Amino acid sequence: MTLLKGQNLTTDILVIGSGGAGLSAALRAKKLGCSVIVATKTLPTNANTSMAQGGFNASSNEDIQIHIDDTIRSSRGLGSSTMIDLMCKSSKTSLDWLLSLGVPFSLDDNGNLANRFMGGSTNKRTYYAEDYTGLKILQTLHDECLKNDIEFKANHYLLNLIVDEDTKEVGGATFLNIATGEVVEIRAKSVIIATGGYSGVYHGFTTNGFGSSGDGIAAVIRAGGVASDMEFVQFHPTALKKSSILISEAARGEGGYLVNGLGKRFVDELLSRDEVSRAVAKEINEGREVFLDVRHLGSEKLAHLLPQEMKLCKIHENLDMAKDLIPIKSVAHYTMGGIEVDQKLQASGLKGCFAVGECSNAHIHGANRLGGNSLLEIISMGLIAGENASNYKPKSKFKENNQLNKDRAFINTVYNTFTNQINFYEKREFLGKILYHNAGVIRKDMGLKEALAALQQMQREFTFMGISDKSKEFNTNLIDFIEFGNTLEVAEMLLVGALHRNESRGAHFREDFKETNDTFKAHSIFWKEDGVLCTEFKDVK
Amino acid sequence: MNITIRRFDKRKEPQSIDMTYPLFEGLTLLENLIKIKTTIDPTLSFNGVCRSGVCGSCGVSVNGKAKLSCSYKPSDGDVIEPLAYHEVERDLIVDKTKTHKTLKTSHAHLLGSAILENSSKVTVQSDCILCDSCYSACPVLAVNSDFLGPFALTKVYRYTLQSNENKKAIDAIQKNGIWDCTLCGECTLSCPQDIDPKTDIMNLRSISVQNGYNDPNFANMSFGDFEFNNLFR
Ligand SMILES: Cc1cc2nc3c(=O)[nH]c(=O)nc-3n(C[C@H](O)[C@H](O)[C@H](O)COP(=O)(O)OP(=O)(O)OC[C@H]3O[C@@H](n4cnc5c(N)ncnc54)[C@H](O)[C@@H]3O)c2cc1C
Ligand code: SF4
Ligand code: SF4
Ligand code: FES
Repeated sequence: MTLLKGQNLTTDILVIGSGGAGLSAALRAKKLGCSVIVATKTLPTNANTSMAQGGFNASSNEDIQIHIDDTIRSSRGLGSSTMIDLMCKSSKTSLDWLLSLGVPFSLDDNGNLANRFMGGSTNKRTYYAEDYTGLKILQTLHDECLKNDIEFKANHYLLNLIVDEDTKEVGGATFLNIATGEVVEIRAKSVIIATGGYSGVYHGFTTNGFGSSGDGIAAVIRAGGVASDMEFVQFHPTALKKSSILISEAARGEGGYLVNGLGKRFVDELLSRDEVSRAVAKEINEGREVFLDVRHLGSEKLAHLLPQEMKLCKIHENLDMAKDLIPIKSVAHYTMGGIEVDQKLQASGLKGCFAVGECSNAHIHGANRLGGNSLLEIISMGLIAGENASNYKPKSKFKENNQLNKDRAFINTVYNTFTNQINFYEKREFLGKILYHNAGVIRKDMGLKEALAALQQMQREFTFMGISDKSKEFNTNLIDFIEFGNTLEVAEMLLVGALHRNESRGAHFREDFKETNDTFKAHSIFWKEDGVLCTEFKDVK
Repeated sequence: MNITIRRFDKRKEPQSIDMTYPLFEGLTLLENLIKIKTTIDPTLSFNGVCRSGVCGSCGVSVNGKAKLSCSYKPSDGDVIEPLAYHEVERDLIVDKTKTHKTLKTSHAHLLGSAILENSSKVTVQSDCILCDSCYSACPVLAVNSDFLGPFALTKVYRYTLQSNENKKAIDAIQKNGIWDCTLCGECTLSCPQDIDPKTDIMNLRSISVQNGYNDPNFANMSFGDFEFNNLFR
């Protein structure tokens, strides 16, 4: 085999994505003696994990079964009891692992670990590090990775997986090196995808950071893998109206009210996220503004309980939480659907390819996620993914593969052939809006069809879009464009799933089918055949 | 109402030019940059992920002071440049992979086992988002590019409090580290997370002295005798 330029990087384990899931997996694989490369499209600590404020669920021995039951109930029939068991039973060891690395979780006055309630939980089991839980976890994991000489490839944007046609074994991936503009490949014995969720398809209407475009999910679908439950998106009821920035659940937990433009409370604020989100959406749809009112808590208490939020309200809305009503709306926050994996977290339809964290659907959150369970999942399942990937023995040796050439050709085509007559930034904005309004908190057949038609039109127009920036190095215009391409693939699955699921379940609410219907107590499954999206329902195991 | 952005492209001649753009009032600087990119000039290059001051990706220099562009509301006449003391990649994007290598050189990680009780002592230091604002504000980097810089040292201090085994890190920060700092406090002023690297560096000096190190500047000034100095090592 002749090595082309950029073709010679090999490792035992290739981790794609440097959020909590990717870094936990990397650390476990390294500990087990594997060489590890973590490739990520930004710098390692820029991941969404840094944004989690609320906390990390971990259950004591007496609480394990109740934690399991809470999670199963929240999943509305779509959670796997095996996977939920696995996660909850390892929650305490996952927390202990983070503590052993030096994540400074908050302590109470007696020097014990402090915890709090999260909506939908029977017991107090959410551990936090002030309101910077995700940030402190991520930064500490990053420090630990540096200590363990884990190699990072920053500014590496995943394009496609490298798959053996015959065996379906994944032997690496191709990347656009954003710094140089070159397409390169990294070969590995096994690959772990940890690229996060797809709430970013709701551009302008999400709490997530930029780049939550479901790149890993789109890559798996293109590689012949499977995605599932893509219609299940959790909306958070309290995001700032203008900027969609999250105001944490703690604001309601601590006694904040939701009031409408008439000054009336309209919902029990402590109901689950999906119920409160629907109530908020209903008010807004009927033409009334919605506000968060925490004025009665007083500035001292607010400064202590919600310091980050106070700062964010000031910057983004120019409002003082202690004195003003805060205009809010419900926006996309967490995506339950993702890459369909088996109980070893191996991507369905592929071999040697594992998926973990928000990008995967390990059948843990089902139709709705419990607050605090995501940080738990990324750590506990991250460690397991690292272990399973390390134990994977590839059947085929690294073979000649054409993916690198194909992707180089594709990037060349974008530079030279895509006409750029249509501004994709406008389309991205429009797609975000139509998804939010037609496939958001409240959905119905007509609206979903309309959104799907608009999306398919954009797919047809894709080659008439393109880039104005023709530079090679640090071409963020190109990155935005490729992300938009992935968004189109991922949003199509979301819409098709939402259209086929003629019922309401968890976070998926159909105005025209308000009841849960157990003929749909099944996972929606998506894959591509000859470039055409296929879908069916598969029974819950 | 305008803002000026210092653009940089190593393939253009001249490489650097100042361009003026309309100011979109009421929006953060990051939102302004996005508006410019999506409606006026798609070649404008910058970073930003979280929009909420926690990912550390969006630091720039505004009128000579480091700011997070997602947390800053620009005003008429502001001049936006890339962070100082970093190699500029393109426009407002700088190479942080080099500055972040200081974390490795200084062993800014947990070396022994974690002391749980001390978690509350590092609440502030562990809020670091690696935005490089402090680094960009530190005057020592103008004269010594090998200086470890404030955020790495603050992280070392964090872990010395959290662990009882720190020799490797304390050894690593003697050269181009704590003694090279002028204690000017610019890092502290620039930190969006209210971290105080200057004080942390002073504390690291005390810890170093307790571990048998001394201030090389002081020693050289007072005695100026190389062999005499060595007795203290
Ligand atoms: C504002 C906010 C608050 C939250 N609060 C909580 C909470 O309190 N408790 C809780 O349990 N959960 C919370 N969540 C959810 C939780 O934070 C996330 O689900 C979780 O952190 C996801 O982790 P991850 O590792 O799977 O993905 P991420 O942290 O999203 O990381 C994904 C990584 O993949 C990389 N990547 C993506 N695409 C590519 C590509 N094409 N090429 C290369 N790399 C790529 C990204 O750069 C990034 O490094 C919150 C989420 C948000 C947005
Ligand atoms: S106090 Fe020290 S580290 Fe901080 S800016 Fe001044 S010289 Fe640099
Ligand atoms: S110490 Fe402060 S200014 Fe420096 S990198 Fe950390 S957060 Fe940024
Ligand atoms: S965009 Fe994350 S800190 Fe500014």
